[in-house]
Amino acid sequence: MTKIVTHKEGALDKYYIPALIVGLKVTLKQFYKTLFLGQSTTINYPEERREYSQRFRGEHFISVDPQKTENCTACYLCQTVCPADCITIVAGERPEDANPYGVKKEKRPVSFDIDALRCCFCGFCEEACPKDAIKLSRNYELATLNRETAVYDLDHLKREVKGRG
Amino acid sequence: MTLFDWSALALKILFVLGISFGMVPQLVWFERRGAAWMQARVGPNRVGIFGLMQPLADVIKLLSKESFIPAAASRFYYQLAPAISAIAPVAAMAAIPFGSFLIIGEHKVPLQIAQLDMGILAVLAFAGLEVYPIMLAGWASNNKYSMLGALRGSSQMVSYEIALGLALVSMLLIYGTLDLNTMVSYQDQSLLGFLPRWGVFLNPLACLIFLIAIFAETNRLPFDLPEGESELVAGYHLEYGAGKFALFFFAEYVAMMMASALYITIFFGGYALIPGTGWILNLFSTMLSPDMFQNLLALAQVASFIFKVGCMMFFFVWVRWTLPRFRYDQLMHLGWKLLFPIALVNLMAVALIIAWIGV
Repeated sequence: MTKIVTHKEGALDKYYIPALIVGLKVTLKQFYKTLFLGQSTTINYPEERREYSQRFRGEHFISVDPQKTENCTACYLCQTVCPADCITIVAGERPEDANPYGVKKEKRPVSFDIDALRCCFCGFCEEACPKDAIKLSRNYELATLNRETAVYDLDHLKREVKGRG
Repeated sequence: MTLFDWSALALKILFVLGISFGMVPQLVWFERRGAAWMQARVGPNRVGIFGLMQPLADVIKLLSKESFIPAAASRFYYQLAPAISAIAPVAAMAAIPFGSFLIIGEHKVPLQIAQLDMGILAVLAFAGLEVYPIMLAGWASNNKYSMLGALRGSSQMVSYEIALGLALVSMLLIYGTLDLNTMVSYQDQSLLGFLPRWGVFLNPLACLIFLIAIFAETNRLPFDLPEGESELVAGYHLEYGAGKFALFFFAEYVAMMMASALYITIFFGGYALIPGTGWILNLFSTMLSPDMFQNLLALAQVASFIFKVGCMMFFFVWVRWTLPRFRYDQLMHLGWKLLFPIALVNLMAVALIIAWIGV
């Protein structure tokens, strides 16, 4: 049952005076709260940062093994699943001497480009990857000075990210 | 006038100008940070401690910009408008007393720049000039939005001046004088033994009407229709930039201060001491000579006047960030159909009461 509440308008309400006083009280209360109790909803951004969820999907990275070799085997699954079509992989063979695991990692990405301007940060690539190679970190500061820097190449993606950043 | 009088006058002018000009940056700062605090934000806090230098940075920015005049503008009036808008409220400030008097040697120095017997008329005359810069700026800019802002602004100010005048006349009947000093000394007594005999207690209705009217006169929210950012871009000062805009901006705050000073002088005891602080001064009455005590009293009065004006300015900011803007028909409805009749009835009631029982 919905309870219907009717507010009877008195003579004072017609001149909006009680409403005015209520409004002034609300702002004064908030003034006190922000100034003396520090209950501000905004923060001093570059110095203070908000704690985002562990599942936040930010800038991409490719995980590496202890020998700094990327885990990616250029299987093209991420490129296929990507709805924004922003991943471009060129596959190639890993030279014998650069492969510490013998046959284990013989295929490698010669180039691995992610166009961050197209990316919609859906995280499908992360889910599709069988090697847990491509991941999304928690870094959300992706602004660049030009379009070229917004296309991440393999060197940029292979940077060291602890945990999920 | 002797050399002493001239130098005293010059010092008083310097004092009033210094206080009112010096307070504008603090007000701008408080407007911005107070707004932030009321909206649960942090506000500008980068320039100087607590962001106190922010208004200075704003002024430097504005003054170092190119002073631009639109090609189709009427050059003379375009440049005249900000000048009038800055001068009028400062001139009105001259007639408002900010303390009783100092005794220096043989001389009695009244703490008021212009001792006028009909000071309130002088204040109103200069305050009434404030409608001209809005009209001139709106017309001379040759811009649709400016023109609309000017039309709104001038009709609003003329409409609310009527309610303001009637509320004021009812107070003049009670005080029986046009001299602001006499008004203050009338209010510097007690009413019924426990209240100060302030105008607000003698005639609260006139006080409320006057308050609403000065909000409209100074174009502050909820009556900032001449500027109306969301619909008129910036209203009458849309075509102004750089130093001329800074003058308009500055004038708005000086006008607020002048209006608060007048309001306080009429309704809140002017420079009369804040009730409950008199006993602190009386502690010194035996220690000091009568002349020195009068000087101390005058300084305390100046301090309490500035304090009262400060409270009023807080109220201005507080209201600005609480109330939304009126619609134009609502504004005219309030001015002509509510405030005007109420002020008239109030005036008649006050006149009848005074005729019956006297002041």
